[in-house]
Amino acid sequence: MNPNLKRLRRSMMFLNCQKPALIKDPYIYSPDSIMLDLEDAVAEREKDAARYSLFHALREIDYRGVERVVRINGLDTDLWQEDIRCAVAGGCDAIRIPKTETGEDVKRVEAAVQAAEEEFHVEKGRTLIMAALESARGVMNAYEICTSSPLLFGIALSGGDYTKDLQTSISGTGVELMGARQHMIIAARAAGVQCFDTVYTNLNDMEGFRKDVETIHTMGFDGKSIINPRQIPIVHEIYTPKPKDIIFAEKVVREIDTKKAQGIGVFTVDGKMIDIAFYDGAKRTLALAKASGVYKGDL
Amino acid sequence: MIIGKSAMAGTLESSDAQVTVEPSENGLELEISSSVMNQYGRQIRATVMQTLERLDVQSGKVTVVDKGALDCTLKARVECAVYRSNDIKDALPWGGAIV
Repeated sequence: MNPNLKRLRRSMMFLNCQKPALIKDPYIYSPDSIMLDLEDAVAEREKDAARYSLFHALREIDYRGVERVVRINGLDTDLWQEDIRCAVAGGCDAIRIPKTETGEDVKRVEAAVQAAEEEFHVEKGRTLIMAALESARGVMNAYEICTSSPLLFGIALSGGDYTKDLQTSISGTGVELMGARQHMIIAARAAGVQCFDTVYTNLNDMEGFRKDVETIHTMGFDGKSIINPRQIPIVHEIYTPKPKDIIFAEKVVREIDTKKAQGIGVFTVDGKMIDIAFYDGAKRTLALAKASGVYKGDL
Repeated sequence: MIIGKSAMAGTLESSDAQVTVEPSENGLELEISSSVMNQYGRQIRATVMQTLERLDVQSGKVTVVDKGALDCTLKARVECAVYRSNDIKDALPWGGAIV
């Protein structure tokens, strides 16, 4: 199994492959992932140029551990297969499929990725896949999409197109996204894959952005798509476990391990009732704290 | 590969380069202007020449207007212009002539 399936992906920043200035050093902002875009951000007549830039950037720029995801063009175009050849040959870490509507869409991309890995002698299974859901149909098929390929690490909501399909628009309140967000996170968790929220496009409203991130964090999302480096520290701050949560999680893990050996199933930690159901959550908090650099303990 | 027709790739934005290729009967002619010519002129020329060699371009007029592009961007722009001059967009030799 590819060890990167479950890596930390709090912030996934879109970058336009048409613009060399954007893709040359985004690692300085420390996003967890960058999404090198060949799709919507690239003008139709520059689709070919974006690929050459992508290929050489992937091969020659040291992104210092930041995950490199490539957003290919839609499966309804004649561009996506060459996009995959270019991205896989360059050595990208994952392919993002836009406008995913069915599990079959994922399988088509999976087959093209595997063919490209073979053609370019890339280790089989190295290139992961994520699927963006951008329509009512895609959202309705979320579970089918989540379970369609062992290479798929997660799904992402694309709010702009999705709300157009719903015949509404982004209001800033999140009301119009509520159903899709809830449905997608449930589907992703049921399938054991990650789930990512849509971009927040109003860069003049950082307070609104913060509230949006707090909402999706509470809902259980693994991270958010980002369009500007200014958004990254806010996401990371909200996703970094607080010291009191880390201390509590440590106590929970240690107490459960101890009490289990003593044959005790239910007990209290700091006045709260604890049983085995808290174990995985506490372990996740510690793993996230460790990945965020705020926990150096041994659990 | 030949330069089939005039073609251009890239922009005059910072960190980019604009590369124009034109057919020529007089071998390879390379003209470079750069905002960092004194410091990096030799390296820019070497990168462009190596890229043209890999693509097996033996004749043509190549004009590069560099705006502080990294090597990887220079290569990308030269390749794009050459392939555009031949109307080739698919089944490209990634990792082969493009490397």
